[in-house]
Order: sequence, then structure tokens, then C-alpha cells
Amino acid sequence: MPEGSNAGEPLLAILGGTVVDALGERRADVLVAGTAIVEVGEGLEVPTGARRLDAEGCVVAPGLVDLHAHLREPGFEESETLETGARAAALGGYTAVVAMPNTDPPVDGAAVVHHVRTLAAKATCRVEVAGCITAGRGGERLAPMAEMAEVGVRIFTDDGAGVQDGDLMRRALEYARGLGVTLAQHCEDASLAAGGHMHEGSWSSRLGVPGIPAAAEEAMVARDIALARLTGGRLHLLHVSSAGSLGLVAAAKAEGIALSAEVAPHHLALSDAALAGFDPVFKVNPPLRSPRHVLALREACASGLVDAIATDHAPHPPEAKDLPLEHAAFGMLGLQTALPVAIGALCRGLPAFGTAPDDHAGPSHMSLANLLGLLSWGPARIAGIALDQGGDQGGPLVAGGPANICVIDPGATWTVDPAQLASRSSNTPYAGWELQGALRHTVFRGEPVVVDGQAQR
Amino acid sequence: MRAATRHLLSIADLGAAGIEELLRLSDSFVEVSLRAIPKVPALRGKTVATLFAEDSTRTRLSFETAARRLSADVMTFHAASASTRKGESLRDTAETLAAMGVDAFVVRHSCAGVPVQVARWVDACVVNAGDGAHEHPTQALLDCVTLRQVLAERDGRAVEDCGVEAFEGLRVAIVGDVRHSRVARSEVLALSALGAVVTLVAPGSLLPPSLDGWPVEVSHDLDEVLGSTDVCYLLRLQVERGTAARVPTAHEYSTFYGLNARRARSMPEGAVVMHPGPVVRGLEISSEVADMPRALIRRQVSNGVALRMAVLFWLLGPDRIGLEGPDMDRIGAGHPGSTGDALVEVGGA
Repeated sequence: MPEGSNAGEPLLAILGGTVVDALGERRADVLVAGTAIVEVGEGLEVPTGARRLDAEGCVVAPGLVDLHAHLREPGFEESETLETGARAAALGGYTAVVAMPNTDPPVDGAAVVHHVRTLAAKATCRVEVAGCITAGRGGERLAPMAEMAEVGVRIFTDDGAGVQDGDLMRRALEYARGLGVTLAQHCEDASLAAGGHMHEGSWSSRLGVPGIPAAAEEAMVARDIALARLTGGRLHLLHVSSAGSLGLVAAAKAEGIALSAEVAPHHLALSDAALAGFDPVFKVNPPLRSPRHVLALREACASGLVDAIATDHAPHPPEAKDLPLEHAAFGMLGLQTALPVAIGALCRGLPAFGTAPDDHAGPSHMSLANLLGLLSWGPARIAGIALDQGGDQGGPLVAGGPANICVIDPGATWTVDPAQLASRSSNTPYAGWELQGALRHTVFRGEPVVVDGQAQR
Repeated sequence: MRAATRHLLSIADLGAAGIEELLRLSDSFVEVSLRAIPKVPALRGKTVATLFAEDSTRTRLSFETAARRLSADVMTFHAASASTRKGESLRDTAETLAAMGVDAFVVRHSCAGVPVQVARWVDACVVNAGDGAHEHPTQALLDCVTLRQVLAERDGRAVEDCGVEAFEGLRVAIVGDVRHSRVARSEVLALSALGAVVTLVAPGSLLPPSLDGWPVEVSHDLDEVLGSTDVCYLLRLQVERGTAARVPTAHEYSTFYGLNARRARSMPEGAVVMHPGPVVRGLEISSEVADMPRALIRRQVSNGVALRMAVLFWLLGPDRIGLEGPDMDRIGAGHPGSTGDALVEVGGA
């Protein structure tokens, strides 16, 4: 038995894979005892009694971290629960997700934070609770952020809506600065977006569907960058979807403003042409945009301008989706498909759905290592749960480190069957798609919660 | 043997050949409509359901009259006033009606795309009778029927002898609230497919946000356009869709984009005025113009029934006619030269 492990602790050996983390890439086995990695190296001797996880031909990486998931509990358990959402996350390779606070009641005080944590105590991944910026997500007065920060909340958002009142957002940033927490904005000017159901452009004009202009997002991105400059508060931009926003982010970063930005996999893989059949499964906010925006987002991922890929996993029951497009809810599932969808868009350069094959798929093809940075150690840092922030996410995979690990078979293909997904809902836009890149195993705090693609509990 | 279920959801699905086929079919039904007993047994045993979730008595009656003249059974469902108020979803409503045995649904809804969705939900033909700001295909087709009659008369030909090539180069101005108009979208697709030259005339706030790929010219000056226009097609201001906030006042709109008598007289000899109804006199069109001989508004309405008969027959008729070539004999409509073998006229002359 390796040194440092306690007798009786379960042993796990991940064998024959290639470890990829922020330190680089190397052929290595990984030995886990209890909740910690005890040894990483080539051709390790496997102690008797250890459970062997085959990783031949696979990439062994730090568990993925999702900055943006709607787990719906409490209040909307017909769509998702912390248990089903966390299972979907584990099956997608995630060992941590940030749960959005637009529940019922919304997470706008320490009591609700505690409640969600209790509900998530046995979840198959770490559930990091985000708090509201404004009380009740009402957009009128500040939520008790200090109270929530004191019990460990690191990220605040009114996601689902942006904070419309500029002065209120200014005060929130000023207040947050003193707490050392991050404000995550759903950038959307409500007056410009009002009544819209898809991206405003040639498709919406042709289909006669009221649109949401990219300007609705860009206007708030511009305002919030100005407010971040004014206040010195730390700002994170949720699901950035427009080329214009990226230009503003690039300028702000060049200026040294404390700012991070995420993009969602569906904005990399799908375009507004997907709405041509009026299928509400493709209705999401921010909306699927035109190919020009899709390409700009891909470029921004490759260039490093974007800091994270986050799912915006948004489960909805059929009664909220099987409706006229203009009455259906916004949102789509993401946790179980994010990795292969991102591999397809960024590493393999597949054309976005709805674009012509020669509509050039995008810029350079990203390496899987760089993509994993956007899915794991990048977002871990934004969530404040990276190793050097006192957390246990994002790796690297080294002896003594926490055993939050995913094993990916990048070449394996699988077909998305909505009924087979772990989520309580089935509103995936990829039904019937053959995806390349399959999650093989997920180890959460030393426990193999997914083995050979099957959830263990 | 029935091939894949046929629908009429968008003019874009038809192409020039499909439009021409429906126009030629409607010739026969125009003739039927003129008979003492305007009824044929073509769709006996078929059931047509009108599923209207938005009030439109005119369009619904036009479809139901068309179905009855073809001897189909008609089921009427006012979604606005029945189960939906009790919370039943549109999908459940459609599936419930389908379970009663419906061969074709005629769907009207205030939301774009609903007929396309209904076509996915049920195993029956679906006709789009107007969906949000998306399309209103039968309106565009009946307008083509009307224009073809006018073009034939102008050339002194029988309408049957007037092919769709007569539309080539026809100058059409579509004036008004294009942004919110399903009629405009279908009209642009149909007229441009037939070779007409379409100009949209509207203030910027009433145009669609993007006109990429639209085969149209754009103008903001009605007076400038009218002098070289063969067809002035006026759209209703859709106040219920928020048009009121998109023009400063009704008076200003009327001043700059309304068709008054002075403007109507500036149009070339033989030019015509069209309007899909309901007409708001004094706003987009003055009363004087609405009653001028060159205004085809009534004629549009009467052609509606014949065209909708053609559409229902095209979807449900025996030996459904292929796009490759219509066979007038099959409709048993007493078309000159018809053998009338398949069908017998109800009521016997």
C-alpha cells in the first residue's frame, strides 16, 4: 500500500491513460486512496484490492467545472432536482457545478444557501451555490450578499435576467468588491429584448418571429464594463453570445479591468437557422445567433479571450416546451453533452448546425488540453474553488491533490437519446446526434461515481 | 397510394411550378362557384377541421365554404373560446381532434410557426391559414388568382390561356406594416417566384429588421413609387402587434403612406389596388380609393373560396395530383373537355 494512505481507505487505480491538466500532458496511471490522489506515474504497481478503472486510449483530466447550471431545486422539481442534475453532471465529466439561484424561493439569503447545500449533501458532484444580486431577483434592492459570502458563497447573479437598473448594479459591484466575491451578469437590456423569442436577424425576419437583437446583450456588456471600471468590482459575463460583446471584452481586458467571460456550448455548435422548423427545443436565451457570431465565439475560445465554457443547463418539462414557439420556455439541457459538443465545435471544427458545410467551420482547431482548460481549471478559478483558492477543483492531478477526475475517450462516438439522459427533463437540442467524445469514468472525491459511462448511484 | 403527407405551410414549399398548379386548379373551381348549385363531391367522406386560435371569421368561413363545396365534412374548433381556456394545450387539442378522424387541419394562430408544429404533431394534412407574422399562403395564392384574371382581361385572353409568365416583370408595391405582416411574407415569396418585381414601401420601423435574401427593392417614398407601379398592395396596420408605437401618429402614417385618391390617380393606366382586408378606411386607404373600380378588394374575397377549394383538393383529392402536371379531368368539375368519370355533380343539373 502506498505511503500516506490510511489503512481501510478504498483504493482506486486509473490505468493506461494520458493525464492532461494545467501542467501538461503525460502518460501516467493515477492511484487514489480515500479522497486524495496518492501517486501519478507511468507503470505504477497496483496494490492488491484496488479497484481498476481502465483508461487505455483515454485522457485522464481534472473533473470539469460548470459555472452555470439550473438545477431547479427547490421549487421546480418537475424539471430537475439536485440529485438528477448532479448525476447528469457526473455523466458529463463534471465534479463541480455552480447552481444558479433562480429557484423558488430564490437563493437570496444564508438560510436558502444552507437549504440547497443540505439537499445537495449526497450529490455526485460538488454543488457550489450562487446567490442573488438583488432580493428575490426583483432587481430593486441588494440581496444580503455579506450574509451569504460569510457562509461561503463566492458568486452572485440574478441570472435569467440582468440587473436593469444601472445605479443598482453600480452599488452591487461596490458592495461586492469589499466581500471579494464575483458578480455574474446575464447581459440583456430588457427593453431591447422585450417580446423576442430568437436571434433578430435574417432568419427571424423571414420566419416572422419577434427577435432579440445582439444589441440587447452588447448594451449591457458595455454598461457593466463601464461600471466595473468605475467601481473596481469583479465582473463575470454569463453566456456571451455576440461578436460585438467579444470586442468589448477584448478592449476591457486589454485595459486591465477585472473581468471574465463564459460561452455556452450550444452557441458554438448551433445557429439561428436551427429555428427554421419553429421547434422550441432550440429556444434559448441568449438566443442561438447567426453564423457570424458563432464563428466569432469559436475564435474567442481559441484565442484565449474567453475564460470558460459553461453549460447554462436549463431543464424544462414538456408542458413548458411543447407549445407555440412564442409561448415556450427558454433553455436547453447541457451537462451531459457539453464536452463532446465543444470537442466537435472547437477541436474538430465541425460546421455549426444550420450553416452551409463550406460556411467555414471556424478558425484553428483547439487542442483538447486547451479545451479542458476552458472546461475545468479556467472555470474552477472563476468560481473560487481552485486548489490555491482553498478549493478542490480543476487539478492538477498530482500526488496529494484532491481526487476529482474525469476520464474521457476522445475517439468514442455515441448517439444522444433524450430518454436516456439522467436529467429529469429531455429538452436536449442534440436528440439523435452522433457525438464524438465520450465520458468514460468520473471520480468525485475519490468515489467512482461514473464507471464505463454508467452512473454508479 | 398516398405519398408523404402533403401540407401547405409556406409559399416557399411550392415554388413557381406548385403555384402554377394551384392557380390552374382554381380556374376549375371558379367555374364551379358560378354554378347554380356550386358543389362537387370531390372530397366526400373527408373531414376538414378548422383550428382557429385567433379570431378570423372571414378566413374561417372561406375555408369552411370551400370544404363544403367539395362535399367534405367540416369540424370547427374555436381554440380561443373552448378547451384552451380550461388549460388544455394546443398540442392536446390537435391530437384530440385528430383522434376523431381529421384528414386536414386548417390552422390559424397568433404565433408564427404553429401550423408547422401541428404538422409534426398529427398525422394529417395541414394548411396554414395565417400564423403570427410568418405566412398566409392562401391569401397570397388567391391574390395571384385575382391578378391572373386581371392580366388575362388586360390582354383579352381567357384566363385558362394565361400562363404565369404573365407575371414576369409585373411591378408590385407592397405598402405598410411589412414587419408584422404574414401576408407580406407570403406575397413576396409568391410574386417573386412568378417573376414579379416587388418593392416594399414603408417607414424603417415597419420593415423587418433584416431583409437579407429578400428579392425586393425598398422605398420610403410612396409618391415616387406609385408612378411606376402596376399593383399597389396595401397592408393593414397591425395595431394589436404593437404597430402603434412604431409610427408617431395614425395621421402621420396616413399622410405619408396612405393611398388617397390623388395618389391613386397618379398610378399608371390599368394599375390596380389590392388589400387583404379587413380594410381600415381612412388610414391605409381612403374610402374613395377603396370604392374605385381599380380596387380589387371584393374580387380578392370571392376568389378566396375557389382557391381554397383548389388547395383542399390538392391536399386531399383522389389520385392526388403531382407537381409534374395537373389533370383537370380528375376533379370532375365539369371543366370543358372533362370526362367527369370519377365524380358526379351533386344535385344533378
